[in-house]
Amino acid sequence: MSFFARFAQNRGALVGLIILLVIIAMAILAPLLFPESPWRMVQRPFLPPLSQDGFPLGTDTMGRNVASGLMHGAWVSLLIGLVSTSVALLIGVPLGAIAGYYGGLIDDVLMRFTEFFQTIPNFALAIVLVAIMQPSITSIVLAIAIVSWPPVARLVRAEFMSLRNREYVEAARLVGQSNTTIIIRQILPNTLSPIIVLASLMVATAILLESALSFLGLGDPNVMSWGYMIGAARTVIRQAWWLSFFPGVAILLTVLALNLVGEGLDDALNPKLSRER
Amino acid sequence: MVYARLILMRLFKAVIVLFLIVIFNFLLIQLAPGDPAAILAGQAGAADQEFLNQLRERFGLDQPMYVQLWRYVSGIAMLDFGYSYRLGVPVFDLIMDRLPATLLLTGTAFVLSLVLGIVAGSMAAARVKKPSGSLIMALALVFYATPLFWVALMSVVVFSVYLGWLPAYGLYTVGADYTGFALALDIAKHLVLPATTLALFFMAIYTRMTRTSMLDAAQQDYVKTARAKGLKPSIIQRRHVLRNALLPIITLAGLQAGQMVGGAILTETVFAWPGIGRLMFEALEQRDYNLLLGIFFFSAALVIVFNIITDLVYSLADPRIKKGAS
Repeated sequence: MSFFARFAQNRGALVGLIILLVIIAMAILAPLLFPESPWRMVQRPFLPPLSQDGFPLGTDTMGRNVASGLMHGAWVSLLIGLVSTSVALLIGVPLGAIAGYYGGLIDDVLMRFTEFFQTIPNFALAIVLVAIMQPSITSIVLAIAIVSWPPVARLVRAEFMSLRNREYVEAARLVGQSNTTIIIRQILPNTLSPIIVLASLMVATAILLESALSFLGLGDPNVMSWGYMIGAARTVIRQAWWLSFFPGVAILLTVLALNLVGEGLDDALNPKLSRER
Repeated sequence: MVYARLILMRLFKAVIVLFLIVIFNFLLIQLAPGDPAAILAGQAGAADQEFLNQLRERFGLDQPMYVQLWRYVSGIAMLDFGYSYRLGVPVFDLIMDRLPATLLLTGTAFVLSLVLGIVAGSMAAARVKKPSGSLIMALALVFYATPLFWVALMSVVVFSVYLGWLPAYGLYTVGADYTGFALALDIAKHLVLPATTLALFFMAIYTRMTRTSMLDAAQQDYVKTARAKGLKPSIIQRRHVLRNALLPIITLAGLQAGQMVGGAILTETVFAWPGIGRLMFEALEQRDYNLLLGIFFFSAALVIVFNIITDLVYSLADPRIKKGAS
């Protein structure tokens, strides 16, 4: 069975993929459909949804277009989710590979280091890092990456430990390949499937983290994000529920879609295990 | 004796971790933007040099770096976290003042999520290939994907604004002056929404975990033996499968403690719950870095204490690992 056929067997994953494509389309179309900055005050504040043409989701406390913010926010969420996950992989994969390949003292030291980061409460650390570095896309991406690499390191380490004594690795050693070459060329390609599955789930978690940070007022002040929209509407929730409702649904759908796609990838990449659970 | 050694080992590890966090915190304070004295003076509306120097002296900011580090580390060893720049009150007092509310909220949410998660998870495991089982898992996935602060806000809209059933803000009704049982009831009413919204996310995790763990346990030989003996399926599920499936859940619950602290920051912010999470939000808004880092340290300490407790519970629940003082 082909990769996509196995993926499509999981109906949830297919639904997730469609939702995800719609959200990517939102992010791409945002500047075309709403060329004006989502920060511009364009109508009177607190316009309810569907009450006026051009403002299908109403306006916020400052008279900004909610629909425009929602579309532009898609871009920020996806961008931060992808970039911070990539950075987390750049930290976690080498650490896990080295720890798992060499073992012994190196493994011990690196794993204590990883445990240290796992003990610290994730979200509290992210808050402190962003607050100290000042909110910006860079600081948010860094903070999310710093709190989310440990599971990657652990996964890659476990994979390397089980693969390092396989025959093909022994063979590579015999022909005189260096450790670095063996790690990158021989073992790493064989650990990619679980890393890809984990990464898709990490993008989802990163998007949740970003929205929570912006909700607390730690978002980049120059970009419109879903978390910021909910946070800014928090105090007026009694008068205007829709200001928080729609961005929240957007986050929910994106995170849900990524989780479903992750499960589908798991089925497609690890065919032995699928269908059993 | 075994437990004493286990506790000792864990405490030793905990002290090292906390020491590293203190150093980390100190470095972060140095990186914090602006002069704390200027921030304080600016907020107070007076910024002449004389006053700034006075403040600097009062908070020890005029000393060389290593003296500041020494002061900071030895201070924390004696539970002196310094002052909140903004409020002029010792950070430790502020935290202690807010701690009970947080413990009440997270404790309730923890028990609630664990009980509901295990119940839902075992129900899903018993209905593996049926629609009702899939429905439970689909719901768990939705709760897992929902932003916590958003559920909190929406529950305010529905249960407080629209239906008017439950209070949405604070720990108790201000000005009602309840005492005794009436006060407990009042606090319980205020607790319903924050604890439930905080519990939902964790309930989703425990549901998925319980299901997987129970399906694994059902494959074991002792379950086949029990079935061969002719025991009733319901008894096998409860006594043989669930009991053994609970062990990995205890481990997971320990690992979730840090997440719980993070969730408390968001829930307390929405519900104006006077705990350390709300205090952290206030510290953020006022750029009160010393208070922020004090709370950060404290939340890490809380997580470590909770991890030690779960380790002990685990070793009590599973006598096989009595010597597993890793």
